[in-house]
Amino acid sequence: MDTELSLYVDGAPHHLVVDTRMTLLDLLRERLGKMSPKKGCDHGQCGACTVLIDGRRALACLALAVAHGGCEIVTADGLGHDGALHPVAQAFLDHDAFQCGYCTPGQICSAVGMLDEFARGWPSAATIFMASEPELDHDEVAERMSGNLCRCGAYANIVPAVQDAAGQVAPR
Amino acid sequence: MTALQARAMGRDLVRRDGQLKVTGTAPFAYEGPLGKPAYCHLLQATIARGRITGIDTDSARAVDGVITVLTPANAERLASTEDKELAVLQSDEIAFRGQIIGAVIAETSEIAGHAAALVRVTYAQEPHDVELSADRADLYKPDKVNPSYPTDTAAGDVAAAMASAPISFEQTYTTAMYHNNPMEPHATTAVWDGSLTMWDSSQGVHSARSTIAKVFGFDNEQVRVICPYVGGGFGSKGTPHAHVVVAVMAARATPGRAVKLALTRQQMFFLAGYRTPTIQKMQLAADRDGRLAAIAIDVVEQTSRIKEFAEQTGMPTRSMYAAPNRRTTHRLAALDVPVPSWMRAPGECPGMFGPEVALDELAEQLGLDPIELRIRNEPSVDPDSGKPWSSRNLVACLREGADRFGWADRDPAPGVRRQGDWLVGTGVAASVYPTYRMAVSTATLRYERGRYVVEIGAADLGTGTWTTLPQIAADALGVDVDDVDARIGDTDYPVASVAGGSSGMSTWGTAVVEAARAFRDKFGAEPADGDAADGSVGPPTGKYAMHAFGAQFVEARVHADTGEIRVPRLLGVFAAGRIINPRTARSQFIGGMTMGLSMALHEQSVLDPRFGHVVNHDFADYHISVCADVGDVQAHWIDEYDPHVNAMGSKGIGEIGIVGTAAAVVNAVHHATGVRVRDLPVTLDKLLAQLPPN
Repeated sequence: MDTELSLYVDGAPHHLVVDTRMTLLDLLRERLGKMSPKKGCDHGQCGACTVLIDGRRALACLALAVAHGGCEIVTADGLGHDGALHPVAQAFLDHDAFQCGYCTPGQICSAVGMLDEFARGWPSAATIFMASEPELDHDEVAERMSGNLCRCGAYANIVPAVQDAAGQVAPR
Repeated sequence: MTALQARAMGRDLVRRDGQLKVTGTAPFAYEGPLGKPAYCHLLQATIARGRITGIDTDSARAVDGVITVLTPANAERLASTEDKELAVLQSDEIAFRGQIIGAVIAETSEIAGHAAALVRVTYAQEPHDVELSADRADLYKPDKVNPSYPTDTAAGDVAAAMASAPISFEQTYTTAMYHNNPMEPHATTAVWDGSLTMWDSSQGVHSARSTIAKVFGFDNEQVRVICPYVGGGFGSKGTPHAHVVVAVMAARATPGRAVKLALTRQQMFFLAGYRTPTIQKMQLAADRDGRLAAIAIDVVEQTSRIKEFAEQTGMPTRSMYAAPNRRTTHRLAALDVPVPSWMRAPGECPGMFGPEVALDELAEQLGLDPIELRIRNEPSVDPDSGKPWSSRNLVACLREGADRFGWADRDPAPGVRRQGDWLVGTGVAASVYPTYRMAVSTATLRYERGRYVVEIGAADLGTGTWTTLPQIAADALGVDVDDVDARIGDTDYPVASVAGGSSGMSTWGTAVVEAARAFRDKFGAEPADGDAADGSVGPPTGKYAMHAFGAQFVEARVHADTGEIRVPRLLGVFAAGRIINPRTARSQFIGGMTMGLSMALHEQSVLDPRFGHVVNHDFADYHISVCADVGDVQAHWIDEYDPHVNAMGSKGIGEIGIVGTAAAVVNAVHHATGVRVRDLPVTLDKLLAQLPPN
């Protein structure tokens, strides 16, 4: 079955007819040619497909396209402004927080969403005392980034990259 | 060999492909802009041994949007079926569960997936056999082990030394079945229009081309393989697997139209290779000072019934330590299982688990520091070949690592340090990896519009090739690195060896140096636009034993009540020749160490003997280390320049980081708890019953 759908991707409007079985990830990659979100498992187990849906990080492979009419989708390719990299992307580059780069767009979208969650005071399993102001220390970042697998093993660079970027990303 | 002056080499330069990677715009094999491609979905056998008696594709073909369904009944006959892994859809025989038995080609991936579920297959099932053990009656001795080493080696008399030495030690260690699991699933986009163009996720475009050309009976010139970016491989993309053959069949079934095929994560557990489980019987004989009189490893591992892969697990024992009496053997069981293949440091990675844990156990028996035990058994020449070392700085790695890690004050007693609820311990193990240089690779150096360009069909798996080849070329030409560009990952460029055996930079870099020399000889310091020269790698001299070495240090914390294991610190020191780019090198070392941690604590493919498949065949159940599992990971290296390995003085670094890590973790867990785990992975169930009482 097909249905009509309108949504925004990296700021641009799209109106198209989609197969109702199609995931948001396949819509982005196979219909719109937006290859920045990656398919690593298609089962919500690796995080490579992470995008921002209306500002929150989400797994595009677990999202059905038809359920996202009117949504604003941002991929890692759409994070920067005026030709400059987003501070999180720049921090990943500065810290060599990747090797093959396949998980990287998902890591970066996840970090952007995570920093916003942290700024809003959302707890994590690593947050011991929510009454106090939690610090974005190693354990907080590592816990909150653990939905994004990296087989190249860049975690030891990803955590400082995210911490570095945290100072430069203004809360929403 | 003339040494290069290092000006660009050794500089900490940002990855040239970094901007594309952080925006997700580096095009991987599935991602080319190709109009309206067709999509291919694989069908897999649901039995582990037997024969297909019928495939009903009528319902699948009736689905709107299905272009065709390939089965053994209608698939084209291949020109070569010599490689049984690649002889896809050529017969009704089933050799392992998950084997490809068909493919649906359709207008969209949704249609292809849906139609694939409608195909009905009947089988004549036969009893299968997938269980590896060391006491099987049918273990056999392969003719050689990967890639072409002797199966067994022996010197002196190990049995006599074991009987007469003051200390003799024997234990059996096992490593699990592991799957490479690069984050980018294996993918091929193929177009057939009388010649073949493939965007294939590959560690070697030229070897992929020659393999596929042979299977289909094409001329090499009829095939172009393109792969500028590889989303990880760790060996599993070193050779084309069966799905690449299907992608080409599908492209030939839809001439002029691109076909896209990506393995699902689940399919990768059947079709993309894996590391065999290993059973390692270790024997050590020593005097009371810890000098080895004998060292022996007898390895039992598996291969598939259709294709032999004999992992060279005994290799490191041949060279690592001095002992007059030595033995290594490999025996295989050929089972009804998927085809094993290369996974990061085949041989050395599993093969440094048994020996490095055994040495730790021996050190404890002797009351000797495990670093000192290793230093006392340093060989002056390679015990295997008798050749001198091109350079061997294991001792320097152990000493510098001990300093950096804070080993000096270590109390050797196991199970006695408690911080709150946590038992704390430290462990060490050594690393080794051979320095390979492949026999064939050519580079072209070109002068274009005021810039120098290196062209070679090399691969960048995240290893840094885009950045490091220009560093080598700049020094070989005597120009600024910013004036040099690279073009890689395409068979339209000169032939390059596969990115395997940590040989890439040693091999391609040598070709680049030769090309630069030829270029300067021909055109001098002021070339004209369009000038170009080729250079090729020559054969290695064979005069030296060439290896990189390293030492890995681990702090482990084990929860006294639950047995939960945490590793807050990993520290490695490596002696790996000249480091061409410290930034990308550090990432390779810490990446290897992190994968080693993952191997130690998490990874294990669980094969169900009833059905012959890996039951935990996805990322929910096959656990790899995540961000929260990894603490402080440090990689350091000693200042080593090896004049004998190549003009750069560099050794390969992509694999040594995983070697020894798992042993160091096991040794640290023992130091923390007093519990000696000899079967990987180290999980809390193996500790709980033996944890010290509160």
